[in-house]
Amino acid sequence: MSDSMIEFRKDLFADERDDRLTVIGKPVRRQDILGHVTGRSPFFDDHLFEGLLHLRCARSPHHHARIRRIDVTEAERSPGVVRVLTGRDVPCNLNTLLSLLDFGIDDEPVLSGERVRYMGEPVAAVIAESEAAAREGAAKVRVDYEPLPHVLDVEEAIKPGAPVVLDIYPGNRFICHGKYDHQKLRFGDVEAALRTADYVVEGRYQMSPIEQAPIETCGAIAAPETNDRYVCYTSTQALFFSLATTSKVLRLPSSRLHFIGGTVGGGFGGKVDSIHEPLAILGAMLTGRPVKYAWDREEEMQVGGPRGAERWYITDGVMRDGRIVARKFVGYFDSGAYTRLTSYAIMKAVGHLPGPYTIPNVYADVYCVFTNRTPATAMRGFGITGVDFAIEAHMDKVAEVVGMNPIEFRILNSYRDGDMKAHRRIAKNCALIECCQVVAEKAGVALSPEAKRASSRQGGGGERAQLPPRTALDEKGRVEGFAAHGYARKGHRRGAPDTPVRPSPEPAFARTSSALPARDIASKPPSTAGAPPQPAPARAAPSQPPLPSPPSGPAPRAPIRFSSISGLRRR
Amino acid sequence: MALHRGRGFAAVNYPIGMNLGGDPSQALVHANPDGKFTVTLSSIDLGQGMKSVVRQIAAETLGVPVEDVYVDTADSDTGPHCMGSFASRGTHRVGNAVIQAAQEARAILLEAAAEELEVDAADLVTDGEGNIHVRGTPARTITVMAAAQAAQFRQGRTIAGRGIFLIPLSDVDPETGEMTPVSCFAHAAMLVEVEVDDETGEVRVLDMKSAYEVGRALNPKLVEQQLRGGAWMGMSHALWETTEPCYPDRSHRPVDFTHYLMPGPGDLAPHHISILERPAPDGPYGGKGPGEMCANPVLPAVVNAIYDAVGVRIDELPATPEKILRALKAQGGARPKRRL
Repeated sequence: MSDSMIEFRKDLFADERDDRLTVIGKPVRRQDILGHVTGRSPFFDDHLFEGLLHLRCARSPHHHARIRRIDVTEAERSPGVVRVLTGRDVPCNLNTLLSLLDFGIDDEPVLSGERVRYMGEPVAAVIAESEAAAREGAAKVRVDYEPLPHVLDVEEAIKPGAPVVLDIYPGNRFICHGKYDHQKLRFGDVEAALRTADYVVEGRYQMSPIEQAPIETCGAIAAPETNDRYVCYTSTQALFFSLATTSKVLRLPSSRLHFIGGTVGGGFGGKVDSIHEPLAILGAMLTGRPVKYAWDREEEMQVGGPRGAERWYITDGVMRDGRIVARKFVGYFDSGAYTRLTSYAIMKAVGHLPGPYTIPNVYADVYCVFTNRTPATAMRGFGITGVDFAIEAHMDKVAEVVGMNPIEFRILNSYRDGDMKAHRRIAKNCALIECCQVVAEKAGVALSPEAKRASSRQGGGGERAQLPPRTALDEKGRVEGFAAHGYARKGHRRGAPDTPVRPSPEPAFARTSSALPARDIASKPPSTAGAPPQPAPARAAPSQPPLPSPPSGPAPRAPIRFSSISGLRRR
Repeated sequence: MALHRGRGFAAVNYPIGMNLGGDPSQALVHANPDGKFTVTLSSIDLGQGMKSVVRQIAAETLGVPVEDVYVDTADSDTGPHCMGSFASRGTHRVGNAVIQAAQEARAILLEAAAEELEVDAADLVTDGEGNIHVRGTPARTITVMAAAQAAQFRQGRTIAGRGIFLIPLSDVDPETGEMTPVSCFAHAAMLVEVEVDDETGEVRVLDMKSAYEVGRALNPKLVEQQLRGGAWMGMSHALWETTEPCYPDRSHRPVDFTHYLMPGPGDLAPHHISILERPAPDGPYGGKGPGEMCANPVLPAVVNAIYDAVGVRIDELPATPEKILRALKAQGGARPKRRL
């Protein structure tokens, strides 16, 4: 059906494209297709070594509980069981995935020993001669739990007195830049603009947790290799990321790790958490035999990190003619019990707001909230899909309020080349308007002559390139006791302690622009105004590469430091 | 009781690559003496076709037939560092690294050919079919294979290249959110037609009409594969999927595909795709990454279409029959809008 249902609009942007290429643009057959369709492409699970052992985890049945005692004696005596691992066997049993980018404090054990924070959290790993024996052994791990109060809703979790998920984040919120319990976006003065708008439209949106659902579940097979090394066949989406995480967790120099992957049966974001490689290799180290650790479908769906739930509140101020003059967001990302990637997701979401529209006043408070559920992780559209759902469902409501055709309403408010975006960089290479026009044409939706004539390449810039004359700032959500050492911070030197912080007053977000201690900043030209936003200017460049592989060569005696840019840890 | 049709629209853009940069990828390219090239990476092919796209990029840049290029990837002992296959970064980041590596290898290939032909390398061009000749003088020619053999066995020259692509990590301002999030954006617009059964609350997606702007369709078949699959995923997110059907309560959690719902072949809707190509200034041959953004417009377009059909707003995904029936009940029945 595809041939009649796809068209290439070569007429659009033709003057920006050289179409005289020889290989690019051709429907070349995939290099790996014959192996795939004949079932011969090797995936990680095709490396079944002789004497392969199987690893299965015993998991928490509670949302939140203290572990009084873990008794593995019965499991160890179970037929076929070779070894049982607990947290004590893991050399560095605390990690946060983005410590590689300094995006959080180490918060998650590989195998939990003192407390479990979500249903399904692993507390012990049973290695046995067969998968069935490993399952049987895992069922015989006896854990004495003391259930604790739990919290599952993001807005419940941030109320005073809510059960604390992670002691390092007593407010159940990730701390951004060591300074605020959320990431702010402040562009212009939304409250003032809302007061002048003809209509104010509010909405609340909920994105559900979703499973990546690859055909191939996540897993890894590790085996001792010659020269005191370990080989690991893995389904990872990020080979060196998983290798570096393993190196940290096992305190092994990366030169002793040999990772092989590359052909993966679907990822969609669910194969970056690097959960299987460390345990499979640890198993191989402690048994001297090849070990496979892979999730079954139930684990893939309920233990594997899903696309996290998101809740968004949007308030728009719009004029009768359809121009949006103010847009305000409050967003809550449900990170689950640990940080993993959600701290990064909120940054990505904030950089995306207010969607592909030029709006002179934009405000957002976006929170990474901890709850007692399976930690969220990446999935296709990470940080964007949920808020795009919210924005575009909201756009439909606002279009109705002003009585406009929904497509025309998008075109009117669309960003264009040269416009200032809310994150203070100039838009370029835009094509939203053209996409809208093509769909309207195909669907037989009549557009006004102005909407038909509109172009991403015209009508932007000029006044639309200016920063707002003033931006209302505030210290809402200020926290104390955290130190940030550089990442995503301005005006502080790497390693310098944070300036002393006053006790946080009542959230000082000013409803009115004159209220103190809200501050204004005078507009200054953005660093890339007038120029295409090229890679970050030098001031933003880290002093070292952001994600080096751990050092190879002689084994370092100290644990490998991954934090190349900065640290973010509690004083 | 009746079936109601409605149409819904949505438009999105999508940032390509890790949002704040700081996500390098490397590539190595070398020729064998028979003039065949190997691209060595540690990047992952998830089924999206990363290997095939970078193979085309390498062939285009080297000026050799695509059949003469092979991509070898993801052995940490041999492949240079890559951040990974996520964030729509494969084509953009790895593709740029491959271009740089292939350019370096091509320059040496042309030097080797120039030495054999006794001309200046700057005067040489490739024909994309395995030959190198003097610009304007096709008769003065040498095959890529002959040049590679001469380099290896006579000149003692390695035909190889190194490439890396890195956008340095951006700061984020704690006070204003000022940042430099990525360097290019893909775009999409989508109109979905649905049919809502006001007795059962069931929604059928009847038709999808889309426009996707991808910078450049480096391989049109692979782009189409991504867009069709991605739109299916968007439809599935909108109407079927969740690991937590009673969110935030954790009961009734699905553990297999009989309880975790997804649309099957009978639920697929015709999807009429238009592809727009506005090359990204820093994309490989202008290419952006179509992989992630293709699902995003479908979710809101579906709920907007439901509203158009029966007049209820479903602001919590997925838009299950239960949610639609409850909303219809609260509203006192269907109220078609037919705005589009």
